[in-house]
Amino acid sequence: MVELSAEQIAKLKALGATQKETLVKMGDDFKKEREKDAACIYTCNATGCRSGGSVSVIDAFRDALAAAGLSDRVRMVGTGCMGLCASGPLARVEIKGREPFLYKQVTPDLAQIIVAQHIAPALKDAAAPLNLSKKLAGHELSLKLPFFTKQTKIVLKHLGHSDPENLGEYIANGGYRALMKALEMKPADVIDIVKKSGLRGRGGAGFSTGLKWEMLAKSAPVGGEKFVICNGDEGDPGAYMDSCILGGGSHAVLEGMMIAAYATGATSGWFYIRAEYPLALERMELAIRQAKKYGILGRNIFGSDFNFMADLRYGAGAFVCGEETALMASLEGNRGTPRPRPPFPTEKGLFDKPSVINNVETLATVPAIILGGADWYNAIGTATSKGTKVFALTGKVLHSGLVEVPFGTTIGEMVNDIGGGTSTGKKFKAVQTGGPSGGVIPASEFRMPLCYEELKKIGSIMGSGGMIVMDESDSMVEIAKFYLEFTVEESCGKCTPCRIGGYQMLRLLKKIASGKGTRADMDKIRDIAAAMQRGSLCGLGQTAPNPVISTMKFFADEYDALLNKGRKG
Amino acid sequence: MAEKMDEETVAKVKGILLPWKGKRGNLIMALLRVQEALGYVPWEAMEIASVELNVPMARIYSVVTFYNYFKLKTPGKVVVMVCDGTACHIQGSPALVEAFEKQLGVKSGETTSDGLFYLQVVRCLGCCGLAPVVVVNGKTYRTVAGEDVAKIIAEWRAAMG
Repeated sequence: MVELSAEQIAKLKALGATQKETLVKMGDDFKKEREKDAACIYTCNATGCRSGGSVSVIDAFRDALAAAGLSDRVRMVGTGCMGLCASGPLARVEIKGREPFLYKQVTPDLAQIIVAQHIAPALKDAAAPLNLSKKLAGHELSLKLPFFTKQTKIVLKHLGHSDPENLGEYIANGGYRALMKALEMKPADVIDIVKKSGLRGRGGAGFSTGLKWEMLAKSAPVGGEKFVICNGDEGDPGAYMDSCILGGGSHAVLEGMMIAAYATGATSGWFYIRAEYPLALERMELAIRQAKKYGILGRNIFGSDFNFMADLRYGAGAFVCGEETALMASLEGNRGTPRPRPPFPTEKGLFDKPSVINNVETLATVPAIILGGADWYNAIGTATSKGTKVFALTGKVLHSGLVEVPFGTTIGEMVNDIGGGTSTGKKFKAVQTGGPSGGVIPASEFRMPLCYEELKKIGSIMGSGGMIVMDESDSMVEIAKFYLEFTVEESCGKCTPCRIGGYQMLRLLKKIASGKGTRADMDKIRDIAAAMQRGSLCGLGQTAPNPVISTMKFFADEYDALLNKGRKG
Repeated sequence: MAEKMDEETVAKVKGILLPWKGKRGNLIMALLRVQEALGYVPWEAMEIASVELNVPMARIYSVVTFYNYFKLKTPGKVVVMVCDGTACHIQGSPALVEAFEKQLGVKSGETTSDGLFYLQVVRCLGCCGLAPVVVVNGKTYRTVAGEDVAKIIAEWRAAMG
């Protein structure tokens, strides 16, 4: 950065202080506006509901409100993910003095009926009882469902309740207050709070976020630079937590990144987000533009000595880029191949400068921790896994969607209560966590609490939060093959154990799946797995055998049946 | 290697590359923007990028062949993306892939001989609650069943005249 004179800096600080006041006022103004509203319609406008037509539903609501002359009394908000994606598009009607009411599978036609039958009469006469037609009543989704009541929302708190494009609304909900608070603290004290909170990386490995920050704080800048990188390369098939967090809460992720930068002495930040996530990219780009405009990003932020800039780069479709050294190679514009560590990124990272890489969900959690305090956060969860975790609960459950629960919630609670049980009428067989790097947990183990340690013990991993529920009709050998095909395809080819081991393991697995396998093939798979786990350069290769080994352990009978089939034939 | 680019397209590509000149981590971004404008990354565009961004051709080629998102051939007018992420997979996407391949007569990554349909099997579109999902030119079809495949193809054939 260009050296400035003391006088120039004083001017910038004064400007920063004014900008801070402007932001606070912006939030207050929004609050006042919101209080004036007689009612509000929140329509989920995240990727899932958009696919179901939420954009035209929002238009229909606006038209209907205008036709009824209610436009200035009822606020229409397109929100981030509300969670129950399987029942989308979702719309929640909140009328002052009444209980919130949630509608599922809303169409433009239905939007008009909601305004006519539900909102208009209630606004005309506050005491009027709710009188819905049978058709409309059939679209009610009870907010008392365990799906909603059993969740604890910290990261997803504002997602379904606010317009992610409205900076004023973010500030009215407490946004950027954590950054303001952090800037009044010493950087070391910020790290201390994060360390004491027990926050661990949400990308999969679960390393202490505070310790990681401390490592970067200790590294001296190179060429005057140190970086914070946000890993938004959510390549795990069946996982879309980060997509929704970025799309519905981009400012929270940016705020978390800025707190990380202040704590570690980083000078600028990089977002790395998959090109496959257009909405997440659009919202993050908007958040950065808004932050620049209002002096949240820039020099002497809020009148402090802290300077920070953030930029955005797209991922171009490579699962391996979720690995931090591969991600940095990709950010630099190269093939995304990992390199050995040490040196760790905190010493020599992006463009050879010290860097810290945090997952989207990790950064989105940080502002809440700074505001709520380490003790508050530390009290949630289990002895070693603190706080909450967002999961993409999918597969054969009735209520499939995005959920956030405290660590320690059992898998049974996830699938039976929150998930609402089976969607197929068939019995559950297993859940899979951690995607292509994880393993299966059989139904007999559903009492297991979800936390980093327990999942590891059983041969799976926490991973980024994909949770796929399978029923008795799903073949575990087929699932293992599906994941292994994925990792073999996504192997970058740099190290031999992963490149050749994966390929040969898949060949054997296909042989077994086709009924031609032998016991010797099973033994060979185990040998290859051990070599890959020990010899691979990065996490992709080290964990690629997990889905195979874990299904072989818990569903040996399915493999046996295929081996026996071969013998008879 | 490919058909010659007209002057207008060359100028367009240069215009797209211009704001990325001299920026760190620019190569993938610049190439993605080129693909956004042209539908794929033609060989000639890579050559232009090599000169404009001062990056060796070998590195450009290594990058575009590494990442799944880059297309090196012009795709059909109608891009059919069948999701085969885990959630879609266990809800029946393999059968959908098969049905599309059979009815269009192409494999994933190929364009029909009339240049109309481009079939692509993708990993997770991030709307797992709607599995199995098919996206055609940006339009999403949710909980698609085998018998829907013919309807989807017919719908787009009609739309394209």
